[in-house]
Amino acid sequence: MVERRLFLLAGLLALACGLFLLWNLRAPMGFILSLRFTKLAALCVVGAAIGTATVLFQTIAANRMLTPGIVGFDALFVFIQTALVLTLGGVGFAALPSLAQFGMETIVLVAAALALFGVLLRNGAEDILRLVLTGVILGVLLRGLAGLAQRLLDPSEFSIVQQATFATFGAVDKTQLAIASVILVASLLGALRIARFLDVVALGRMVALPLGVDYDRVVFVALGLVALLVATSTALVGPITFLGLLTSSLAHAALPTWRHSRLLPAAALIGATILVSGQFVFERLLGLQSTLTVVVEFAGGVLFLFLILRRPRR
Amino acid sequence: MIQVDNLTITKTGTDILKDISLKFGQGGITALIGPNGAGKSTLLSAIAGLAKTTKGRVTVEGCDMINARPPERASRVALLAQNEQVTARLTVRELVSFGRWTHHHGRPKEDDNRKIDAAIEAFDLVELASRQLASLSGGQRQRAFVAMSWAQDTPWLLLDEPLSALDPRHVRDIMDRLHALTRPGQAQRSVVIVLHDLGVAARYADRIVALKDGRLVVSGPRVLTMTGPMLSDLFGTGLTIQQVAGHSLVVPC
Repeated sequence: MVERRLFLLAGLLALACGLFLLWNLRAPMGFILSLRFTKLAALCVVGAAIGTATVLFQTIAANRMLTPGIVGFDALFVFIQTALVLTLGGVGFAALPSLAQFGMETIVLVAAALALFGVLLRNGAEDILRLVLTGVILGVLLRGLAGLAQRLLDPSEFSIVQQATFATFGAVDKTQLAIASVILVASLLGALRIARFLDVVALGRMVALPLGVDYDRVVFVALGLVALLVATSTALVGPITFLGLLTSSLAHAALPTWRHSRLLPAAALIGATILVSGQFVFERLLGLQSTLTVVVEFAGGVLFLFLILRRPRR
Repeated sequence: MIQVDNLTITKTGTDILKDISLKFGQGGITALIGPNGAGKSTLLSAIAGLAKTTKGRVTVEGCDMINARPPERASRVALLAQNEQVTARLTVRELVSFGRWTHHHGRPKEDDNRKIDAAIEAFDLVELASRQLASLSGGQRQRAFVAMSWAQDTPWLLLDEPLSALDPRHVRDIMDRLHALTRPGQAQRSVVIVLHDLGVAARYADRIVALKDGRLVVSGPRVLTMTGPMLSDLFGTGLTIQQVAGHSLVVPC
């Protein structure tokens, strides 16, 4: 049953991709297809990365209401953009080579995440809760600093920051997309490689350790993958806070299994499907009357409230 | 054999275990008793190689458990910690199959399936095998966890208060099974079990290890060590042992 549903999810994604590429396709087809394909690839890669990262993070944290965003990735991204505009000015920021900016942002986000994980979990991976709480506090601090810095900007620079900190799939650079795709696909494959170990880690530290699993190592590898997946996708298109929560909840609902070798691909497929189908609806059917990320955040936020009020088991 | 030499474990400036040295002989059931905070769970974790030791050494069948790799530890000792809250959507059989994880790494073979079935049968879980863990009572879940540890098929099984959620029938059921499975002639498995029910210890244990305030009070055969004065001193309250219908009962005096 689980495998059949996985195929169904793959079919849904294929359908969404087909509609996105071919709906209302007119001449010059080659040019339009090339544009649509770049955007489609970005949507698929980012959706899959965020979905996978969230399932990984929730397994390690043993909590299905958390997303990697909670440890402050989004806040750090906003802070970096604000700091760049503040120090370089609007013109200087716009003149930054986009590839260098993408590379720098990815490296800073990954390094910050690994530093946080390394410092807080240096005595072993038993204190995930401390990691999450520290991440929340750092996120608040960075948001506060970014807010303060934004008050120092003039209105035109402020609008540049706002534009840079909203997730957008409209202007994805092909070279950045290619680099990000390699990193993200490698990370997704890495996640699949540790899927069997994650099944045991999901039982909890004091069950997993006596079963012969190197718990700390699995947790560190998984956190490293989360850092790569979230940092690269955030640097590529910007932060999408609640997509992961939406994706992970749907993956667990669609596939009643504890096997990460099934859950991770399901989350990747659902994440990609949400972004592709959402973008298709907004772009092709509603004529860009709204923004996809706003709706994803809204739906994810409502789901988050529902999960809190429902008092879930994890 | 398990050998503990001069084991000291200190956490946040407090000595949880102080210079413990003892041996656990093979076969039978060893009951680990003592008041709350005596260090029983920490000692079990240290034997399983999962506690950070300040000083000393623990070996199981000659293997240095503190420095052993996780699969080496898991091939010698199965530890069932107390109050584990597994919330994954598992059936009883799936949970028990995790006991064989160190052997099959997620891909059970025929031998694994045979041992999983044997553990399910040994702990009276056949009718519950396909039930979701979440749908079980606390006692049924506890039995499933003991079966999981049993399926690990290690020479030593360490159980930390496994009877806490069980009714008298299932306490007797599990202890009868553990008792039978640890007799000579079986695969010579050995059980070290943390018990608060001294009546159960008096009835089933072959050996007693008593701890108080992180120190070893006594270690030896139950018939020689488990006396009223020792228990009274250990728990700081008057206790005596009476014989009723051939069984030892621990009662307040």
